[in-house]
Amino acid sequence: MTTPAALPWHGALLAAFKAQQVRLVPYVPDNVLKPLIAAVEADPFFTAFPVAREEEAIGIVAGGVMAGMRGVALMQTSGFATLPNALASLACAFQIPVAMVVSERGTLGEFNPGQAIVCRTMRPILDSLGIEHHTITRLDEAGFIAERALKQAFATRWPACLILSPLLTARPQ
Amino acid sequence: MTETRPNTEVMNRAALTRRIVARCTRGEAIVGGIGNSNWDLWGAGHREENFYMLGSMGLAAPIALGVAIAQPGRRVLALEGDGSLLMQLGCLSTIAERAPRNLILVVWDNGSYQITGGQGTPAARAGTDLIAIARASGIAKAQWAADEAEFDALLAEALATDGPHVIGARIDQEPGRNQTPREPVRFAMSFTAAMARPV
Repeated sequence: MTTPAALPWHGALLAAFKAQQVRLVPYVPDNVLKPLIAAVEADPFFTAFPVAREEEAIGIVAGGVMAGMRGVALMQTSGFATLPNALASLACAFQIPVAMVVSERGTLGEFNPGQAIVCRTMRPILDSLGIEHHTITRLDEAGFIAERALKQAFATRWPACLILSPLLTARPQ
Repeated sequence: MTETRPNTEVMNRAALTRRIVARCTRGEAIVGGIGNSNWDLWGAGHREENFYMLGSMGLAAPIALGVAIAQPGRRVLALEGDGSLLMQLGCLSTIAERAPRNLILVVWDNGSYQITGGQGTPAARAGTDLIAIARASGIAKAQWAADEAEFDALLAEALATDGPHVIGARIDQEPGRNQTPREPVRFAMSFTAAMARPV
C-alpha cells in the first residue's frame, strides 16, 4: 500500500488498520494520538474506547484476536513501559498477535526528564522480547510500514509495535 | 441478594468451579485467572473454550472483555482472584462503560495471595468490599453469593439475562489441586479454534 499524498499520518494508519481488518482499538489517551483516536472513534468500522491502563488494553486485544476480532492498543511511551510482564507472559508466551501503536515521547524536544529517561527503555524491552518494531518517521512510508507490520504480526502470530516518531507526528510534512 | 461480604458463607473454589463448568453447555468461553483460578478450571475438566492464563496477573477480566466484544453472541466468563482483580480495578470501569451483555466476572475472594504464601491482601486487611467497588464502578448487577444455592441462582441468572454480571464468592484457603500444563501455545490455538466455531 502507498500513502496518498493528501492523507495525514493518522489517515495512513487508519487505512492500514482497515486493510488488515483491525477493528478493536482500546487506547490510553495521548495528546499526539488525539487525531488518530478521534478518527477511529468517529468511524463505525472500529470499536474504539478508553481503558484505565495499558496492560488492560493488551488483555482486551489478546482476547479479541483469539475470538476473531483483530485489534491494536494505542498508548504513549511511558505507558508502554508498564507492559513487559503482560507482553512476556500473555502476548509472547501464548503467541498472540497483539499489535501496538506507541507515540514516542522523550526524544526530539522533550521537556519532561521522566519521559526522556523512560523512552530509553522502550526499544530494549521490545528487542529483549523479540517483538518486531518499526519507527515511522516519514508520511510517505507510514501506510506501507503500518500495513506490512500488521500483516506480518497476524501471519506469524507474534506481537508487533509501531512507534510514531516526532519526525512523523510533529515535523511539518 | 447479598449486598455485603460479611453476610456470606465461606465456600470452596474447586467445588464452585465444577458447578460453573457443569452449567456451561453452550460453548461459553471461560478465562481462568493466574494460578489457582485456572488450576481449578483445569481440574473441573478441560474444554477447548477454556483459556488458562500463565502470568499477566489481573488480566482475566480484560481478556474476557475482548472475547465478549468480539463475539456478542457467546457468553464469556472470567474467573479471577481477589488479589488479581485488585491489581486491575480500573477494568471494572471499562466493563461498566462497554456494558457487554454477555460478560460474567466471577471473583474468588479468600482475602489473600494464596499461591505466594497466603499473605493477606491490603483489601482484606482494610475491609475493602470488591463487589461494592464493582457496583460503584457502574456495574449494577454485582452481587455476593451468600451460599452455594445463591451462587447457582446468580450464575443461572447471569447465563440467561443481560449483563455485565459480577458474582463474588468468599472462598476457603484450599489450594488448587490440579496444575494446568504449561503449554500456552497449545491452549491459545485450541481456544482460538474453539472461538471460531459457532455458538
